[in-house]
Order: sequence, then C-alpha cells, then structure tokens
Amino acid sequence: MKLLLKSGIKTKLKRSVSSAAICVSMLLAQPLYASETASDLEFEASGNIALEQRYFFNEGLYSKQLSHNQSSVSVEAELYWQWNEGSDSVIFTPFYRVDSQDEQRTHGDIRELAYVHASDDWELRVGIRKEFWGVTEFQHLVDVINQTDGVEDFDGEDKLGQQMVNLSLVNDWGIVDVLLLPGFRERTYASQDGRLRGPLVVDENNVSYESSAGKQHLDLALRWSHSIGDFDVGAYWFHGTNREAYLTPALQPSNSNLAQYSLQQHYAQMDQLGVDVQATLGDWLWKFESIYRTTSFEDFVATQAGFEYSFIGVFDSNLDLGLLMEHSWDSRGEVELGEQGSLMQNDLFIGARLAFNDMQSSELLMGLGSDLDHNAFSFIIEANRRFGDNFIASVDIRLLQSNNKNDLLYSLSKDDHAQISLAWYF
Amino acid sequence: MLTQKILMSAIAGLCFTLVSNSSAALTIEQQKGLDISIEAKKRDLGWQDSMSDMLMLLRNKQGQESIREVKMKSLEVLNDGDKSLTIFNQPRDVKGTAFLSFSHPVVSDEQWLFLPALKRVKRISSRNKSGPFMGSEFAFEDLSSFEVEKYTYKYLGEEELNGLTNFKVEQYPVDENSGYTRRIVWLDTKEYRVQKIDFYDRKDSLLKTLTFSDYKQYLAKYWRADKQEMVNQQNGKSTVLKWSNYAFKTGLSDSDFNRNSLKRAR
Repeated sequence: MKLLLKSGIKTKLKRSVSSAAICVSMLLAQPLYASETASDLEFEASGNIALEQRYFFNEGLYSKQLSHNQSSVSVEAELYWQWNEGSDSVIFTPFYRVDSQDEQRTHGDIRELAYVHASDDWELRVGIRKEFWGVTEFQHLVDVINQTDGVEDFDGEDKLGQQMVNLSLVNDWGIVDVLLLPGFRERTYASQDGRLRGPLVVDENNVSYESSAGKQHLDLALRWSHSIGDFDVGAYWFHGTNREAYLTPALQPSNSNLAQYSLQQHYAQMDQLGVDVQATLGDWLWKFESIYRTTSFEDFVATQAGFEYSFIGVFDSNLDLGLLMEHSWDSRGEVELGEQGSLMQNDLFIGARLAFNDMQSSELLMGLGSDLDHNAFSFIIEANRRFGDNFIASVDIRLLQSNNKNDLLYSLSKDDHAQISLAWYF
Repeated sequence: MLTQKILMSAIAGLCFTLVSNSSAALTIEQQKGLDISIEAKKRDLGWQDSMSDMLMLLRNKQGQESIREVKMKSLEVLNDGDKSLTIFNQPRDVKGTAFLSFSHPVVSDEQWLFLPALKRVKRISSRNKSGPFMGSEFAFEDLSSFEVEKYTYKYLGEEELNGLTNFKVEQYPVDENSGYTRRIVWLDTKEYRVQKIDFYDRKDSLLKTLTFSDYKQYLAKYWRADKQEMVNQQNGKSTVLKWSNYAFKTGLSDSDFNRNSLKRAR
C-alpha cells in the first residue's frame, strides 16, 4: 500500500536506452558469431497487450484529479535469444503504457535487457534486470533491488528495470549473489490528474540526493540464500541509495501568481540488512521477513510475518482454498500525514485465495487490511479467468477507508474503484 | 551402484510393506504384486537423465478443447526420488512459469515455482497431490515418477488386453494425501510396461481410466508410451498426453536442478 505517486519518465527512459545500447553492442557481437559457427542460436518472441478500464466511485478528494473514468492500454514484449544450448542468453523486455487521464502514467520502461551466462556452479548476469527477494504476500519488505513503478498499480508490485552486474555462485551451503548496481531509478508518481495519490503532487523535477554522485552512485548488495529441508532462508546486506524517497513540501516555481506546493524527493543513502524465512510444513507455509535500515535521518526495524494454509479439494471438488494472515510492524510507530515513516506500523492482513483448477484457470482472491492503531482499512477482490487460449480477463475491486484526517490512507478514502482488464497473450 | 539402488529400493519397499502389514508376513498375492512392481521399476533404472516435450489436449463433455505445452527435464537420483524441472510454454499467459521438484519416496517432496511476471521463486506445499494438473484430468500424483515404496500391492491375476497378456495388480497408496483408495494396473508380462490404470476415488468408485499406447523403446532398454489418454468416468472429460523428442543420458546434472536454473528455464 505504498502510494503517493509521480515522476520524470522521459529522461529515465532515455537513460535506460543509452545504458541498454552499451549492453547490446557489447553482446550482439557474440550471438551473431555463434549463429555463424554453431548455428544453434534460438530466438523466441512473446508478450501481451492489455486494455484496462478503471472506474472511481466518487469524485476525487483533490481538485484536478480525474473524476471517474480512466482508460489505458499497455504493451509488453519479450524477445529472447539463446545459444550454446542455453548457457548464454539475451533477453529484451520493453514495456509501454498509454493512459487517458494521467500523463505520468503514460510511460515506458525497459524491464529487462540483459545477458546471462550460466556455468555449472556460477552465473553472470549483466544488464537491466528484475530481481525479487522475499516470501510474504501483503507487503514485500525485503525486496530492495528494483525501484517501484508507482504509477502502474496500487499494490507496488510493478518494478522498473535496474542496471546491474550480478555474479551468482552456487555452493553446497547456498547461493551467494553479488550485485553491483550502477545508476539509480527514481520512483514513478501520479500527476495532479491522477488518483491514488496524496494531497500534494510529487515533483519529478525537484529531486535531490544525499550522495554527491547523485543517481550515479554505485550501489552494492550481497545476498545468501539456501534451502535447508523444510526451510527456505535468505539474508542480505544492501548499501546504496534508498529506494523510498523522503518527501517534503516545497514551493513550486510557477508562472502564475498562485503559489503552489509540491513534494520534493530526497533520496538518502542507506545500509539495510534483510532476512527472509519460509517454513513449508505440510499444508502450512510460515513466512517471516525483517529489515533493519539505517540512514542519516533514522534507524528502524520492520517486520512482516504470517502464514498461509491450504485446503486441497474443498467441498468435495477440485477447488483449492488458501487462507492467509500476515502482520506488519515498524519500530517508527504511527506516522502523521506529512511525516516520514511507514503506513504499515501495526497492520493486520487476512486473505483468501480460491483456485478453481478448471480449464480456464479461474481464480478469486480477497484481502482485508486493517490498521490496528486507528480506524483505517482496505479491502480488495481480484478475479481472473482465461477466455479461449490467449485471453485473460480480470476484475479488481479496491475499497479504502479511513476516518482519521491525519492518516495517509485518508487521502485515498475517495479512491474506491473497480478495474476491468483484458489481456491478449501472444 | 545400479544394483545397489535396485537392492535398496527392493529392501525399502519390502520393509515398508512389512511395517504397514500388521500381520508382518505377506500373503502370496501381496508378495507377487510387490515382486512385479519391483521388476517393473528395475527394468526402468539407469536412464540417468531425460528430456521430453509434452502436449496436453484437454477436452470437456461438450467437446471443447484446450492445449497445454510443457517441457520436462528429469534427473535420476540414486537412493532417492528423482529431480524434475517442468517448463510451461502454453497457454501463453503462463509461458515462462517453471516448476522444480525434488521427489522423495517417503518424506514429503520439495517443490518450487518460478513466476515470471514478478521474477519470484516460491516454495510451495507438496501436499497437493490429488489436485488437477493445469486444469486437466491428470492429478499431480499421476505425473510423478513411480516408486515402489509409494504403494502396497495385491496381485489379481492375468488378463488379456490389446492382444497382450497382462499382470493385473492392485496398488494401495501409502500417502494419506493421495486422492485414491486404490489403482488397478495392467502391465504386460513380456516387458512390464503399464498398459492401463483404473483409478478409484476416496469413496472407492471408479473415477478415471488411463490407457497407454504407441510404446517406443529408447537406448534398447527404456520403454515410453508416446500417447496416454485419461478419461474421467464420472464427468466425461478427457485429457490426451502426447510425448515427443524423448532424449536420455543428455548430460544433465544437479546444477540443472536448482533455484538459479529454475529462474532461467526455457
């Protein structure tokens, strides 16, 4: 539920393109050569085009916000080359979305443009990539490598591609990943026309960095992960630019006489330790994530912990029912609107997932989040089903409520909406 | 090493059967059922690793069809269950999804799923044996490798089927999470190849019938059916499996079956 959104996509895209171009020129020489000599170069193309329609039940809380309808279309393609029987590969995944209302949501990104070489006990991955860490469902606390593509969706699960050099070493005692991350991506935020944002718009042109290297700071991460019997464990250290900006109100330079405030983004340096554990015990999945983060402004600990229990074949049918419960805790405690901190300082989440296991892969997901410190909750329903062989239709309903004007969620309390999407996969 | 594994599995199977029978001694029918199953397993040992493509044709009662396309890689593990990697290609919305499984004859299997949209590797519960595989009439347990220890046995006699003489053996799943009370298996007496299986649900009524056809022999030893047809006798749905591009001893090793290889599986 990390919200409050907007940014500078054109410059970002340009930057990814230039760094991407370097990768490509570096790599393309190889596959071409391989195809001439070994002729085992394989190519695959796939992707999807999705239409999405959102309907907000109420007028926005803030002036200039779109009133009810928001339409958009997105395209994501995946081009994949491999040679040496898959030991070497290049993947290219461009993405673009056009939005009818929110200019910041009309944006493009190179999700992936990377070369991977796999050997028996090590792998080298170079380029723009996506790397996910973690085990929990309602919040991805330890997931730190990629910046959130905030305009995409409300759940923060969409990520921007991150430039990296990743050496992965496979040992009997676990996998060690060394990541060098040159170049930082700023988070994307909704424009003033957009919904699902706070009272002030985040200014994409007013960005500062703690590091004198700015967005060129070379970030570093070191992670160990292993499966030990029923336990899957991971631990890491991250040193570099905090993916979450500190947002402070600032007077926006304006041509008119009207003084306007917007939020300035400040990206601090941070050190973060993260741990994730999952115990898979029969029908029970026990999940735990924790981070310790230290910046020049604050030190804190946060955790996300819970379980998932599965009933196989309920009601004497093929239906599977999964029940989920997770709790979020943050040592910074409750935050007032306009202050730094987490929305999830003492929140409880419960969810149910119903998989129909039919030919159409029909699925229903429900989730309820509740802030235990004050009266605020969120409710989501997601349903999806395949039509024909290549279409997926989904319906999402999200309800957000808060009575406390000082609560961050209050700024979204008029943003209840339904979303219908139809995606064609090719 | 090979004979060691045969011996081990035979002993393990025997021990298990002995333990699970309170009377300790096996009846003649139980012993013969076990012997046939050990022999069938023995004839299929030593393939080391394999690769194959599987095409699934799902058909409902109204005749509507849907296709699933999957690539499979397997590694034979001495004194334990096999390792396998399943890579989904069709339907297109699940393309890139991959499933890694370390099966174990007695303790629970270890399973991971790679979800390409989030680039997320998820450890999943291996309890779901009875659930349908990709909406088909095959349950997960129908597609897992045969291990002697997974059942207790009873020999039912000989029967003619498709012009072949068959052993008819009843198998009782040891795992309480199995969706079946029993299976009746027909194996031809000449090559010990499974020709047909009847599955009985938890209420002990006939649920599904699986028939094997177009057997081909690989490396002058290993028999694989190119076609398997599962018919659900209760709801009229069916699923046909067509196997192609079988390859054995391709040089796969442990390093092709870990989290890293799961993430880049194609």
